[in-house]
Parts: sequence; structure tokens; C-alpha cells
Amino acid sequence: MNKTVNQRAWFLVIPVFALVAFNALIPLMTVVNYSIQETFGNNVFFWSGTTWFRQILHDTQFHDSLLRQIIFTSVVLLIEIPLGLVIALCMPRRGPWVSVCLVLMSLPLLIPWNVVGSMWNIMALPDIGLLGKALNALGIPYNYTRQPMAAWFTVILMDIWHWTSLVVLLCYAGLVSIPDAYYQAAKIDGARPWAVFRYIQLPKLKHVLTIAILLRFMDSFMIYTEVIVLTGGGPGSTTKFLSIDLVQKALGGFDLGPAAAFSIIYFLIILFLSWLFYTLTMRGEAN
Amino acid sequence: MAKITLQNLRHSYLPDPRSDEDYALQRMSLELADGGAYALLGPSGCGKTTLLNLISGLLIPTEGKILFDDRDVAHSTPEQRNIAQVFQFPVIYDTMTVYDNLAFPLRNRGVGEADVDKRVREIGEMLDLSRTLTKRASNLTADGKQKISLGRGLVRSDVNVIMFDEPLTVIDPHLKWQLRSKLKELHQRIRRTMIYVTHDQTEALTFADQVVVMNNGQVVQTGTPVDLFERPMHTFVGHFIGSPGMNVLPCEMKSGKASFAGQFVATANGLDHKSSGGKLELGVRPEFVKFAKDGIPVDVVKVADAGRFRIVETRAGTHRINLLVPEGGAIPEDKAHLAFDPSHTQIYENGWIVGTRP
Repeated sequence: MNKTVNQRAWFLVIPVFALVAFNALIPLMTVVNYSIQETFGNNVFFWSGTTWFRQILHDTQFHDSLLRQIIFTSVVLLIEIPLGLVIALCMPRRGPWVSVCLVLMSLPLLIPWNVVGSMWNIMALPDIGLLGKALNALGIPYNYTRQPMAAWFTVILMDIWHWTSLVVLLCYAGLVSIPDAYYQAAKIDGARPWAVFRYIQLPKLKHVLTIAILLRFMDSFMIYTEVIVLTGGGPGSTTKFLSIDLVQKALGGFDLGPAAAFSIIYFLIILFLSWLFYTLTMRGEAN
Repeated sequence: MAKITLQNLRHSYLPDPRSDEDYALQRMSLELADGGAYALLGPSGCGKTTLLNLISGLLIPTEGKILFDDRDVAHSTPEQRNIAQVFQFPVIYDTMTVYDNLAFPLRNRGVGEADVDKRVREIGEMLDLSRTLTKRASNLTADGKQKISLGRGLVRSDVNVIMFDEPLTVIDPHLKWQLRSKLKELHQRIRRTMIYVTHDQTEALTFADQVVVMNNGQVVQTGTPVDLFERPMHTFVGHFIGSPGMNVLPCEMKSGKASFAGQFVATANGLDHKSSGGKLELGVRPEFVKFAKDGIPVDVVKVADAGRFRIVETRAGTHRINLLVPEGGAIPEDKAHLAFDPSHTQIYENGWIVGTRP
């Protein structure tokens, strides 16, 4: 029997190729294009090699915003992941309250990001905002437009409010999918609640938590909208994170070359850290 | 170690049960002797898992008592009842080694590490797990995992009863047989009460000394495998156990004798019974039907070879009658006559055997 050779099926893949090319490859390549060339407008380009990359890597402003970014992301992950897990564990598994909890939890995720920024901006205003006024009334001097610590506190609180729900929903889905038999076996084996968490729930949630951490890492590392609306990177540049720095360079300074190099380095950092985290978690799995 | 007595037990999953329909388990009483091997047998949804969970304490009965010796445990937790259970799908603690899995129930109860070690090694030996003790439990095959589940029950030397909820569902067919004989061997060795839930008659009949057959939330018959085979209390037991199942034929009573298709049929039971006007049926297993010179006239319809014997399907009018013919036995071509063995032919009224209604 002869096999029919028919390569025309490749035509079916063309739409996907086109889509990927237009929304990923071509934009990315323009950035690469800018990052290795110098231009003075009029579409005239000069080869500049790695100049922009070296410049960005030695730029103290970049170092500072990278450090701020790492601190912000670490704090946010350290709070949101455990908090989300605890809330998911406390949520009811059946009954009418399930839907109530799920809807309440989803609400912050449904609000547009710049609205989240404005909400917190107004709420934290020291003279008329609910939060700002309350803190000052309690005798805690609080003004996020002047005090760096207050600004950081507000930004982190806003992120926790906005994104812990995502962790909760993921963990909750993971918890619900654990078969009852595991809990029954634990009961019969005389396991205390802590042992049930440590040896049943946590291992079964491993994959879900990996996804939650990855998503929260990537999103918080790229945070822009909420912060720019809330503090605009201030006071001074104390809440200027990588993406804010990048936008200021690219649009404010119109330094297309350095900004393009910045983007690529930014992208590679996220890619590398995600890869590292994922590989380390999955290595435990194989053994 | 205890004798288990179930008294007027009844269970419904509804908060406010009204009619009998609402009960997943109809009122029943049962005694399970200490050290016995029991099987709960019935089709899916017949209430056997409900009954098992009531005994283990995962469910609290709506009504009735559960006595372990003389102590009523109907409202105690599984831990207080000191039972062990093996589930349909292997339940293991993925992140632990096989050793730690087996040690888990003991450590939870605060047993000293030296005793834990001794006990775990002993049980590991018993279940052929010695060589895998240091492996991570999640790396074992399904049958290995199921042995761990069982092992976690066995390590506690004082468990009152070990329960199995269709434990061989996910095991490969060729290992099923092995694991089943292992279980039987274990029971003979440790003489602990075991209750085995299954819908597979072979598993139930080979494992248990006493089989409890259930249907529609009701206990239909409790007896030894031989009882169930030779004297089914209900036509359901006749159908459900045996392959092919019992022949059930409508019959009439004429002057105190059973008659089918115009022929009198000698039966083992029930002629003195005063009929309450229910539906009467004759039950006879294919093993006890023979071709004869004269008797019930039938047409031979189909012959299926089953190895050492052949299953012959015949028809008397619209009624199908199966019989078994040993290898080499003659099978008439077309028209034939059948004779039933009188000592194994019973009369049933409304499904229940006549004369001995439970």
C-alpha cells in the first residue's frame, strides 16, 4: 500500500503563522531593530551594536528601579500566596455560601486596572480619603504623596487587594478537586488538621500554586497602570518600577535605542526567572 | 477486635426523609462475628457503600444502633471506632516514602519510634513491600499503592475491622487475582474482621465466608457462597449470582403442586404455604436442568461454548430456559424435553422464596 504524500495541509497552518507573526514576531523584531541601531529620525539608521545594552546595564537609574521591582514583587508574593491559600482553605466547600464567596472574591479581578488605581488614589488621600483620613485620625501620620514608606504601603496594599483573589480562586479550585477519600483516609489514620494540610492539601495543590506564583510573579513584575495612577512613581522616584522607568525613557525622553535595549533586558529577566522557578519546582517532581 | 452488631439501622442522605423511597439504606439488622470475612455484594447504587461508611463512621446513621461488642458507636468518629478502610482508588500520601506512609497512623497516635519501626517492617514483610520501603509512595504502581492503603490499616494491631470499598477497581486484571489471594491469605493469618464491598460476584464468593447480598438499599440474603448458590432467598440473588443466572419462570399452583407450561414440576419447598395471591415463580439454576426423555417441551435456540461445559439456551413458548451441558454431552438438534432437579427447584412469591420470608 502506498502512502499518499500531500503537503497541502500546511496551508491550513498559515493563519496561525500570520497571527503569531503580526502579534509577536514582527513587533519584537522592531524592538530588536531599535536596540542595535541609532537613528536621528527620517528613517535613517546607523549600526550601534551593543552600545545601548552596555549603557542600560551600567545605568544606576535602571539598577534602582530593578531593585525596587524585585523588592516589590517579593513582598507581594510573600503576602499574596500564603494569604490566598489561607482564604481558600477557610472558604466553604458546599452550600449556598459557596457562590457568595466566589462572587465576592472575583469582584476585584473584574475592575479595570486604572480604576483600581484611581479608587486607591482617592481612598488614600490624607484629607478626604477614607483610609488616609482614618489613619491620620488614629494618630498615624500618613501621606502617600510625601512619605515614601506610606507610598509603598499603599501600593502594596492595593496590589494585595487587587490580586489575592486570583490566588484564592486558583487554590480553591485545587482544593475542591481533592477526592473525599483522602480526607476520609486521613480521618481514619487519625491525622490532625495540620497533618491533613501538610501531607494532603499542600502536595495536591503543588501544581496550582506553581501556576499562581508564576502568574503573580509575571504580573507584579510588569505592574504599571495601577501604580502610575496611584503615585505616578513618586514621591520622587521611590515607587518607580521597571515599567514606569521604561515608559519614561521611551516616551518621555524619546530615547528609542536605550528604551529598546531596556525592553529586551526586561523581557529576558522575566523569561529567565520564570524558567528558573518552573525548572526548580518541576525537578522535585521527577525525582 | 470486636463483634459488630447492626440493629434496626436505616439511613437517608436527605435531611427530612418521609417515605421508604427517601432511604438509601432500608431498615436492616445484621451480626458480624469477630474475625470473620464478609462481603457486601450488589449492583451499583444498592446501598453497600452507604452501609460500609455507616460501619466505618464516615456517615452517621439516621436511625438505629451500631454496636462494637456492647458499645454503641453509631455517633463516634472513625478514629474512636478504631477501624481501617481501603478505598476504591488508592489513597496514599504522595510526598512520603512507603515507610512513612505505613508509619503515619502510628505516629499520629503517638506510638514510640522503636515500636513504629518494628511494626512497619513486619507489615512491609507481610505485604511484600520490604524492598520498596524507602521509595516514594507516588512512584509505585496501582497495586503497590493499594497495598500501602491496606498496610496503613494493618499496622495498628488493635483495629476492630478492616473494610474494603471495591479495592480492586483500578488493578490490572492479571494482578487482581494475585491481590485477592493475598488478601485471603492475610485474613487467615491475622484473623481480623474484614468487610469487602464489591459488585463482582467472583471477588465476593472467593473472599468471604459470609456474603451479604444487597439490592435497592435492602439486604436480600446473608449466607455462605454455597447457600447463595443452592438456595437463593430471592429471585434477585438467583439472577445476580451465577453465570448464567437462575432461570425464573412463571408458574401456577394446581391442587398444591407447581405447574409450568401445563406440566407439573416437583419442587423443594413451599407446598403447604397459604398463598396471599402474589406473583408465583419457579426458580432453577442452569446447573440443575437436564435434557430428558419427557418433561417440559422446548426448542433449542442457541449453544455457547464456555470451556468445560456448554451453555444451551432453549425456549418454552416465550420463556427462556438456560441449561449447562458438560463437555461431550449430547445436545438435541431442535425439539427437546427438560427435567428440573426437584431438590434445587424452588417456588418464589413476589420474588421471595416461599415459606421462609425474612
